[in-house]
Amino acid sequence: MRYLPLTQDNRTAMLGVIGAATIDDLFVDVPAEARLSGPIAGLPLHASEMAVERHMGALAGQNLSAGAAPFFLGAGAYRHHIPASVDHLIQRGEFLTAYTPYQPEIAQGTLQVLFEFQTQVARLFGVEIANASMYDGSTACWEAVAMAGRVTKRSRAVLCRGLHPHYAATVATMAKFTGDTIDYRTPKLEAETDTAGVIAAIDDQTSCVVVQYPDILGRIPDLAAIAEAAHAKGALLVAVVTEPVALGLLEAPGNLGADIVVGEGQSIGVGLQFGGPYLGLFGCREKFVRQMPGRLCGETVDAEGKRGFVLTLSTREQHIRREKATSNICTNAGLCALAFSVHMTLLGGTGLAKLARVNHARAQQAAQRLAQVPGVSVLNTAYFNEFTVVLPRDARDVVRELAERKILGGVSLGRLYPAAGELANGLLVTATETTTAEDIEALATALEGVLA
Amino acid sequence: MTAPNTAGWRPEMGPAQHPDHEDAPRLTHSGDRALMLEEALIFELGRFDATGVDIDEPELEPMSALSGFLRQAAPALPGLTEPETVRHYTRLSRQNYAIDLGPFPLGSCTMKHNPRLNEKVARMAGFADIHPLQPVSTVQGGLKVINELAHWLITLTGMQGVAMTPKAGAHGELCGVLCIKAAITARGEDRTVMLVPESAHGTNPATAAFAGFSIENIPATAEGRVDFAALTARLGPDVAGVMITNPNTCGLFERDMKAISDAVHAAGGYVYCDGANFNAIVGKVRPGDLGIDAMHINLHKTFSTPHGGGGPGSGPVVLSKALCPYGPIPFTELFEDGHLTLVEEETAATRQPHSFGRMAAFHGQMGMFTRALTYILSHGADGLRQVAEDAVLNANYVLRSLDDVLDAPFGAAGPCMHEALFNDDNLPDGFSTLDIAKGLIDEGFHPMTVYFPLVVHGAMLIEPTETESKAGLDRFIGSMRSLASRAKAGDTSLKSAPHFAPRRRLDETQAARRPVLAWRGDSGE
Amino acid sequence: MPLYYTQDHEWIDVEGDTGTVGITDYAQSQLGDITFVELPDAGSSVKKGDAPCVVDSVKAASDAYAPVSGTVTEANAALEGEPELVNTDPEQGGWLFRLTLADAGELDGLMDRAAYDEYVAGL
Repeated sequence: MRYLPLTQDNRTAMLGVIGAATIDDLFVDVPAEARLSGPIAGLPLHASEMAVERHMGALAGQNLSAGAAPFFLGAGAYRHHIPASVDHLIQRGEFLTAYTPYQPEIAQGTLQVLFEFQTQVARLFGVEIANASMYDGSTACWEAVAMAGRVTKRSRAVLCRGLHPHYAATVATMAKFTGDTIDYRTPKLEAETDTAGVIAAIDDQTSCVVVQYPDILGRIPDLAAIAEAAHAKGALLVAVVTEPVALGLLEAPGNLGADIVVGEGQSIGVGLQFGGPYLGLFGCREKFVRQMPGRLCGETVDAEGKRGFVLTLSTREQHIRREKATSNICTNAGLCALAFSVHMTLLGGTGLAKLARVNHARAQQAAQRLAQVPGVSVLNTAYFNEFTVVLPRDARDVVRELAERKILGGVSLGRLYPAAGELANGLLVTATETTTAEDIEALATALEGVLA
Repeated sequence: MTAPNTAGWRPEMGPAQHPDHEDAPRLTHSGDRALMLEEALIFELGRFDATGVDIDEPELEPMSALSGFLRQAAPALPGLTEPETVRHYTRLSRQNYAIDLGPFPLGSCTMKHNPRLNEKVARMAGFADIHPLQPVSTVQGGLKVINELAHWLITLTGMQGVAMTPKAGAHGELCGVLCIKAAITARGEDRTVMLVPESAHGTNPATAAFAGFSIENIPATAEGRVDFAALTARLGPDVAGVMITNPNTCGLFERDMKAISDAVHAAGGYVYCDGANFNAIVGKVRPGDLGIDAMHINLHKTFSTPHGGGGPGSGPVVLSKALCPYGPIPFTELFEDGHLTLVEEETAATRQPHSFGRMAAFHGQMGMFTRALTYILSHGADGLRQVAEDAVLNANYVLRSLDDVLDAPFGAAGPCMHEALFNDDNLPDGFSTLDIAKGLIDEGFHPMTVYFPLVVHGAMLIEPTETESKAGLDRFIGSMRSLASRAKAGDTSLKSAPHFAPRRRLDETQAARRPVLAWRGDSGE
Repeated sequence: MPLYYTQDHEWIDVEGDTGTVGITDYAQSQLGDITFVELPDAGSSVKKGDAPCVVDSVKAASDAYAPVSGTVTEANAALEGEPELVNTDPEQGGWLFRLTLADAGELDGLMDRAAYDEYVAGL
């Protein structure tokens, strides 16, 4: 077995040192009736690297990858070009095969990366601080709701209609068990977000208002107005960003009054990966730091006065405070945070802004072309790189028919909101810098054929 | 047992000498010392107008679709060109210890070799470049990976089903505990107490509290196992269940596990098993045979997906027949003709009507699934069994090679499982577990887990894993014996270790008293 | 100004119906370097045995209990910027909070300095 260095001679010698006759003597504490006498039946035995690669390659070959077809999906997971150096750097063994930096003297590489990552996220979001990452955007969203409850000592959260339905479902699942009240309704197929409706839902028991920016239909909510209304009632504004590239062009949520900003960092450096692992981003105002979930890296000095970094404020966390911890999170998304940070360093603020302009331009080109398809109309007045089109019939069927023509045409609202019949004709279309003019033309032409 | 490096320090030499040659300069102009390279922050190195990505300015449309939302100024994020970026992160990487450099014997964390085939497979375009919401007809291979891994996990654990979506071990714990809560609610009962042994990982009580349970601790016996009598005495109509780690955090198998499960079930509760240490028994014991109702499996431990400096993890949860109906959506469903579909919100009402709901967006940690499945297929049923046996053999070898110089609190009671536990009782006054740990850093090893489990004073928990060779273990053992000797000899240089690492001991008090969590320099405004 | 001590190592200094509460020098020495103190809001009411404060060190978070019941009138704002006052001056400048006593009779169960010193010596 290529991964197991012990030889049979080693094993015999080691059993001798231990004073055991057989390996099974070391499993003596396992009751005999629970011990298996040999390899579990019905499972294959070990295989060579070549054989395993062949098997996995065959499975990979059964998928239509995004790069192999005109591709227009988004809805919380975005396809962007990742510079080659990102994947090279995250595969350095010193990053890839290190643990959580509990021994800071020999983990300054990971720790400095986390400190830089925290600063990048905070600046991107327009807040003072950010943590060292969460699992993904949806779980970060629930953690923000829970944190707002701790800060305000209230337990009613208002989720805007435009929040990603998986995020809303994640929050609703947790709230069922914690006893929090969640005010959430599915979106309407309207050009503008329902700012008045959100504001009307805020009362003096509201812990927070959760607003996605841009929202699930690609629309851009008026964060500043909602922030003002929330603060007037003593509630916090939680902004959710599922497409951080948008912040290359859009004003940062913190600058518009958001108290907590969470998001999905997958767009930058991480890749699609069929939904995970992704990267939860979590930033907030510094005055709430003691209520934050997750790991935090801080600057300090060593015994010789040299600058160094450590994990800090650990008394918030489960390994110290146990049942009183701010969260049960332990593992975060360290390597994805590294990928995000490397990609963001390569981009810089200037590159990010340019990337955002390209995304927006491609989306506008796509929207203009699709609007010319008979029976298709573009819903949004404002959008970044994702917008909703309304088709003359059920978009789920249309998406499947497009897939038969090897075109990945978008995310149907029916997939996201199966119970909301009034949304069934909606199709979310995303264009990024990876989308070409030929891709757009291919989608439009195929749509004309499918809808004819 | 002497270290092969005969030039290294040995006890007969007396106190370790400072390594610098007398004629060496104390400082360099650059601050670097040959291969010991200092590295500034990107905020000190970068420029707001620099970028390492060439992007053509778009044939610009008017920004009509963004009117009123445009930001006032570009984000204050410095950029670097590609050569500067590669150098920055490469220099930083060299300040990290990693499994690729040597043993990483962190007890309970399972730092084993990460096979590179797994990395190669995860990067195949058919896995890395597919979107979670593509039509299922275009991702049959992806769904097969999930389904095939699920089949292995169910078979290896002897359980009824598995929830694949939890994103890490603690998220898996949450999944299992929510299943328990849903099952109790479905019975029309209101059980509010979760029993947790004192030796548990902190995530156990934190998870149960997050799910709305109150926590009661169960003591450990003098030999490091759950106090069966105390546990059974506490069972009753208010107890929802118990969360037990097995093998436990003292590195011991809970011999009474089946009896505990039977007692908990008889009292109407459920048994959650923290599967963090499943690597000790994989292929040897099926948790399902011990009466477990739910157990998470850290794919990044037992099945060696990379820890990556703190994640991402993946924590599928195997479930008993009693809990399966409450498991989360989405999950894969296999049809007779071999095609797979996803049970999501649309069909949940008919396919999984009692589900407690969705725990996260999309379908789980696919990138970890491909790696774990590759690892499993490489090892096979026979290789996984050998993994457990070699892991346990290596741990017992360390235990018996050190228990004459360090106190092993449960060593007399019999063999350990995959990790060997010591305490600081044999260290002379003035020396602590921390000094041994920091001394190990100077010896070129990552320290063991220290001060955990909490039930043992000054705990040192050593988990070598099966991917260490005997020669590698002998080197580690030699260093440990040397450190114990230095402490006994009163060598105070241990108290200020590490001396040779990129940094000396760091001031954690200052970091916590006046937190600096982000760079406060030029924000470009 | 009579001083009283608890078995959980808090002290209370009583003047009229106002008590000032802190942790003892022994307690701070056991906790190590204190990094943060979570303090109660003025106006909150506490019952004897409640834990209105949490005292953090780098690796531990410890509750500080109310020696008597009452209404909190003031928390020690100086600790927000200088939590180390609890280490350097635990029984004066490092006080935690003040409260209006609900029932002065609750003081009867507490120790005086001599009894507390004897209690600590026996630990």
